[in-house]
Amino acid sequence: MTRDEALFEFCLRLGDTTLILGHRVSEWCGHAPILEEDIALANTALDLIGETQMWLSLAGEIEGKGRNADDLAYLRDAWDFRNLLLVERPNGDFGRTVMRQFLYDAFASLMLAGLMKSADTRVAQIAAKASKEVAYHLERSADLVVRLGDGTAESHARMQAALDEHWPYALEMFVADDVDCVLAEVGIAPDPSTLRADWDALTGRVLSQATLDIPDSGFAHKGGKSGRHTEHLGHVLTEMQWLQRAYPGARW
Amino acid sequence: MSNELPLWEIFIRGQHGMSHRHVGSLHASDAEMAIRHARDVYTRRNEGVSIWVVRAADITASAPGEKGPLFDPSNDKVYRHPTFFDIPDDVGAM
Repeated sequence: MTRDEALFEFCLRLGDTTLILGHRVSEWCGHAPILEEDIALANTALDLIGETQMWLSLAGEIEGKGRNADDLAYLRDAWDFRNLLLVERPNGDFGRTVMRQFLYDAFASLMLAGLMKSADTRVAQIAAKASKEVAYHLERSADLVVRLGDGTAESHARMQAALDEHWPYALEMFVADDVDCVLAEVGIAPDPSTLRADWDALTGRVLSQATLDIPDSGFAHKGGKSGRHTEHLGHVLTEMQWLQRAYPGARW
Repeated sequence: MSNELPLWEIFIRGQHGMSHRHVGSLHASDAEMAIRHARDVYTRRNEGVSIWVVRAADITASAPGEKGPLFDPSNDKVYRHPTFFDIPDDVGAM
């Protein structure tokens, strides 16, 4: 695998992950528990889609076949997507959405901090821009995890269930493969497995404040990073890509 | 509704503004959350550099019924307006 092949894959992983998570979060638009949360969630979704634009544009540039961010987002099928399985998980209740966001935000903040020191300046620039947004997302999601985890008996039970459900999917974030090794060797991206200790410390602090029990299972679902997805991704794409599929090239 | 979150009044200082200006209100369970919501609701288009939040219940307002005694007496005191001075051109815009 050449350096550029690995970097193309890597940009798809980052961009597809923010794209699918952004789409999932946008599903709350008009449905959040209170108006203020509705706006906050829509902001988060837009930040994620904005980040997607940067990663997928770079992916298209590296691939060199003339595909832009829109082509990559709207004209690929599920097996070509490289997003983490965690982000295609259905939203569930508000607590499950918040927990998914928190586990991802904690990872993203560490990954982006590493990418800001990337040997590839294009990657470093995107990471610098995205990291400010992610810092706010993390502050917000961590705060909500504590409020709901250490809230009522009902909210606590829902947050614990959310954590137990997401945990094995979250651990996929730290499973390194050939792509990760190639990029770590040339200093373009950190090996994700090296982020685990900091992630454990960060999430551990927040989850204990939230009075939640961290699952002691080390089992990780895998496949998202190489295009083997759960049944949920197809449904997301059906909705997200419908317009471009039904009216190819439609613009407004 | 008893389970509704408390109401907060939001004040934002703009990019070049000298003072915080009241921009609206929102619901939040405490001050910290009110600041976050204010950031998301009122500064999405780069409007502000500083946010103040005040619990609406902590604001004491003048009574609309006392409008007359409070404000009418100043209606005819034109001499309180600094419009009787000639301002030298050198002073520029005030």
